[in-house]
Amino acid sequence: MADVNRGNRPLSPHISIYRRQINMVTSIVNRITGVGLALAAVLIVWWLLAASTSAGYFDFVNGLLTSWLGLLIMFGSLWALWFHFLGGIRHIVMDFGKGYELKSVDFWGWAIVVLSFVLTAASIMCLAAG
Amino acid sequence: MSYKTDMGRVIGLGSAKEGSHDWWISRVTSVALIPLMLCFLWKVAPLIGGTHAEVLAAFQSPFTAITTILFIMISFIHLAGGLQEVIVDYVHGKATLVVLLVSTKLLCWGIGFAGAFAVAKMAFGA
Repeated sequence: MADVNRGNRPLSPHISIYRRQINMVTSIVNRITGVGLALAAVLIVWWLLAASTSAGYFDFVNGLLTSWLGLLIMFGSLWALWFHFLGGIRHIVMDFGKGYELKSVDFWGWAIVVLSFVLTAASIMCLAAG
Repeated sequence: MSYKTDMGRVIGLGSAKEGSHDWWISRVTSVALIPLMLCFLWKVAPLIGGTHAEVLAAFQSPFTAITTILFIMISFIHLAGGLQEVIVDYVHGKATLVVLLVSTKLLCWGIGFAGAFAVAKMAFGA
């Protein structure tokens, strides 16, 4: 059956054709947060390298990460981390073939959005308290 | 007309030259990262903005040092796979693709190792 109908297959409609749905938004945001977390990962490694180098260099990098721009990136990364964490767990659940009913897709799509903000706020409160 | 089967024709032709192996590594690393990320948020995130002495003291704990090293190394393996997936989706020129795939992988390995080394150095007494 080789070479039958090559190049003449129907193509899936592209992203701009679809009506926006919560599951496509969470899928795209999961990818964006994953790529964005590369920046956070590099900053954390820089911070660790500075700590292992000297007190003076640590103070410099630690100061950058806790400047207003640094904190904005850190708190943004914290939200991205929670979102990617929840999105990843959902991916694994769906890999087992669970949660594909439309109700469940919509519910968990919104649930991870809400939970990502709740967990971010909760962890900022824990960090501020402790 | 080729006499090769469909499977025989496509093996090795995927944009990253690999198939289900990448998918599987992504799943295994994400499962490992669930507890490791929680340990990181619990033990290391509160140290950001702390003093140098606090950071050095924290990594004297084998639990903190080991989970942080694992978190960094597995994160960068996961990141390397994720970036590869994004790159093969959006980059189409053959030369650009190869350069990007190789450079992101090498950067991920390099930065991941650097982070693990930094923690190990503090754990063993800087």
